[in-house]
Amino acid sequence: MTLVSALIIPGIIIRTKSLCSGRKGPALFQPLFDAGVLLRKGVVLSPVTTLVFRIAPSVSLASVLTAVLLVPMGRQDALLSFSADFVYFTYILALGRFFMILAALDTGSSFEGMGANREALYSLLVEPVFLLLLGTYAMFTGYTSFSEIFSHFYFSNNYAFIAGILGFYLLIQIAMVENSRLPVDDPKTHLELTMVHEVMILDYSGPDLAIIHFSTWIKFALYGALVSNSLVPSGWPVALQTGLFLLLQLSFGIIIGLLESFRARNKMTKNPQFILTLTAIALLVFTIMLLSSYMSSK
Amino acid sequence: MEFLFIGFFILSSALILAVPAGRKHLISGIPLLVLLVISSWVAMPAVFSEESSRFLFRIPLTGMKTVVFSIDALSGFFILTVNFNALTTYLFAGTSLAGHLNHHRPIWISVHYLSFLLLHASMLLVCTQQSAFPFLLSWELMTLSSFLLVIFDHTSRTNLKTGINYLVQMHLSMFLLLMAFLVSGEKGSYGFDSLPAFFATHREFPLFLLFFAGFGIKAGMIPFHTWLPDAHPSAPSHVSGFMSGVMIKMGIYGIFRVISAVQHDFLTIGIFVLVISLATGIYGVLQAIVQHDLKKLLAYHSIENIGIIGTGIGLGSIGLATHNKDLALLGFAGGLLHVLNHSLFKSLLFFAAGNVCNATRTRIIDRMGGLAKKMPFTAFFFLLGSLSICGLPPFNGFISEYLLYLGMILNIHQAGFYGSIGLIMAILGLTLIGGLAVFCFTKAFGIAFLGTARSDACKLAVEPPPPSFTGLMLITAMIIAIGFAPVVFVKPLLSAVNATFIPVAPATLTPLLQNLGMISLSGGIFVLLVVGIFLLRRLFSAPRTKSVAPTWACGFHAPSARMQYTATSYADNVAGLSGALVSLNKEMKQISPGEIFPEPANFTSHPVEKLEEWLVNRPFTALRRLLRRIAFLQTGQIRHYILYPFLFLLLIFFLTLLNLL
Repeated sequence: MTLVSALIIPGIIIRTKSLCSGRKGPALFQPLFDAGVLLRKGVVLSPVTTLVFRIAPSVSLASVLTAVLLVPMGRQDALLSFSADFVYFTYILALGRFFMILAALDTGSSFEGMGANREALYSLLVEPVFLLLLGTYAMFTGYTSFSEIFSHFYFSNNYAFIAGILGFYLLIQIAMVENSRLPVDDPKTHLELTMVHEVMILDYSGPDLAIIHFSTWIKFALYGALVSNSLVPSGWPVALQTGLFLLLQLSFGIIIGLLESFRARNKMTKNPQFILTLTAIALLVFTIMLLSSYMSSK
Repeated sequence: MEFLFIGFFILSSALILAVPAGRKHLISGIPLLVLLVISSWVAMPAVFSEESSRFLFRIPLTGMKTVVFSIDALSGFFILTVNFNALTTYLFAGTSLAGHLNHHRPIWISVHYLSFLLLHASMLLVCTQQSAFPFLLSWELMTLSSFLLVIFDHTSRTNLKTGINYLVQMHLSMFLLLMAFLVSGEKGSYGFDSLPAFFATHREFPLFLLFFAGFGIKAGMIPFHTWLPDAHPSAPSHVSGFMSGVMIKMGIYGIFRVISAVQHDFLTIGIFVLVISLATGIYGVLQAIVQHDLKKLLAYHSIENIGIIGTGIGLGSIGLATHNKDLALLGFAGGLLHVLNHSLFKSLLFFAAGNVCNATRTRIIDRMGGLAKKMPFTAFFFLLGSLSICGLPPFNGFISEYLLYLGMILNIHQAGFYGSIGLIMAILGLTLIGGLAVFCFTKAFGIAFLGTARSDACKLAVEPPPPSFTGLMLITAMIIAIGFAPVVFVKPLLSAVNATFIPVAPATLTPLLQNLGMISLSGGIFVLLVVGIFLLRRLFSAPRTKSVAPTWACGFHAPSARMQYTATSYADNVAGLSGALVSLNKEMKQISPGEIFPEPANFTSHPVEKLEEWLVNRPFTALRRLLRRIAFLQTGQIRHYILYPFLFLLLIFFLTLLNLL
């Protein structure tokens, strides 16, 4: 399901952004057609590169797909579910990123080195936010895996409600940072000096580039799924749940499109500060949840 | 029997001295293997079936003097770790020393091999001695033999200096331990055995602090870590691997040993160890990021990993204090497993780094580049080591970090108000350490091995002959085995920890082991996916055109190797963010406005060790200044020196007269 939604979200985002800026925009599945074209193209390799460069996209996609297996769909359990699986989730995504960073350094280009460096910094800052949030949920619900946490997440009182809303905000922002979107990075930018993710993959072409696109989309939909999951009620039949899940994923795309349309990119030097603010908000969520579980027990 | 044993080692040492330099490596393998097999043989049952054993060893020619060896699960685990590391170090030592055989006199090569054997033996002794004086003796032997190993390249002044610095700090540690043993023991019986009785009747934290300081110096906990980043770069690479892999773990062994004797005050101790360890971890990795020197970078990572191990110890103690069995079990087991894991990937990294430094004749990362093409095997091993030290699945580093996370997350719900806060902070710290490690190793591997060569030496680098990779391959096999089949290793570990540390009603293991099974499964799926996607990609790209074109540089067509991102620029933004902890000392010559024909300008930067600066250098400079003030007393004239005691006697006399004494 996440994979299906992954195919459509990028198109939705682009369409939303186009509509907001007063254009008609490309067809909904245009990114897919583009990827199809890429798959049919040849490969250009730099003589500087090594095996690392060729294997990195595959590792990246594989890591994202493994992560997909860990995330539940709606109220259905994930295919792989175990205690503290969100730690595995974070670390396996880090593995994919590790290889993409190396691939960028592999080309020996100063621009790509710069992009790799930024990516490494932002992800190192944003990882604690994610684990902090999930750790907080684990503390609040008393369950320790994605499937259990999301199936037992409920708005028991006002505190939990506030914390839940902040949690959604954080998840959306984490999704933006992890996938190099606004306000940290602008996927549309065309100047190498100001890019993050795009500059890392400058030297990729053909099927490799398509693989990278796939993994970016899936990763994005994955974070969308995390948000959507907690909104699907558990009592519904499976078909309805799936429908609602897809609908939520679509609206996730629209929300991202809207957010991106009305927001400018940060100055590069502001980005760490922005991500650290997210950490602070995550700590706030933790505090609220902590208070709420002790207020209600006494 | 005992006579035979001692005689064998004396004979083989004599043989090492006698044979020509080229053969010494081969000969020293014999006593090493014998000791290795015997000690592993006795350690195995202790670890795998928790049968502790004690046996007496009569020292020949001293009448009935005996040494007691006692091996329980904890010692057994450390013995096996030490043995594996000694084996791989020995296998690599030949390659590492190959370039030095002609520079040094044969006797010095013999001394080197003998000290290596002695270091191995003394570590085994440290693990098996319960009584204070044999323990301290072995401890001292360990220090002296490793000192000789560190100063192998004694022609360089800096190496000698760091060696002496190491020696001094280790004796500080020895002194602290001696004090701790003297305080805790009854008359006639000093040692670990008498600790429980002492802890039961006295306040526990002060004595623990004394032990912790003593063992912490060896382990490299901050603020006692300053010997470590100097000693490792000075030592030859196989020695760095051995010291970093297992010798510093003897400090950890000591801390474990003391904690197993503590009776009540686990909470204070746990919180203290946890805080220090997290600080150690974060400080170590931050310092590592700004280093230019490849081996110094790895040395700082040892400090970081000691922090992770310590986090496990801290969590375990907190778990004991709050009766959270899972937290206690997983904390201690995670810490112990990380001891093994770190000994594997750190020696792998040091050996690979040794190959690089020998081939390029530099340790500075900014002068390397493009080595993956020249030395593909070394690059592979370094990459594998990097992945596992960053704790990335599906390799071994992840397993031990996962155990720690699991312990915390399983308990965060019922940990109580302050407990939850503590645990969430520990999660935050551990994640931050992990993220920074990823940052650091993308830098180290990316800059040193990828891109294009930044110096001529790099262009000419060649790989050592394939047989030298035997040791590295052994380590690789272990790393992959632990990563993909963690249950096999964790199960005996968990039951050993259960037996050693958790006094009543051991925790249940089945659900924990199921989690590890799932991790193996995910790892397998991941590898299949990588292979599958890579093959698909080949399928797609095979019929298409393949062309080679230079790296895109915005249309610029004459990029030079110096335009690449360097390690320094890569580290710059983290260094900027971490402000007060990390700083670079920059020296430059600027072109002044009046200069019409500017002279060549230059710019250098050195990372500053802030803690050493503030805690060691400045106080000692102040002390030296103070002492210089009273140096006027030291005139060098004998009559003045005779005058001083006379004045002192007079002073005593008058004080007694006035009834002031």
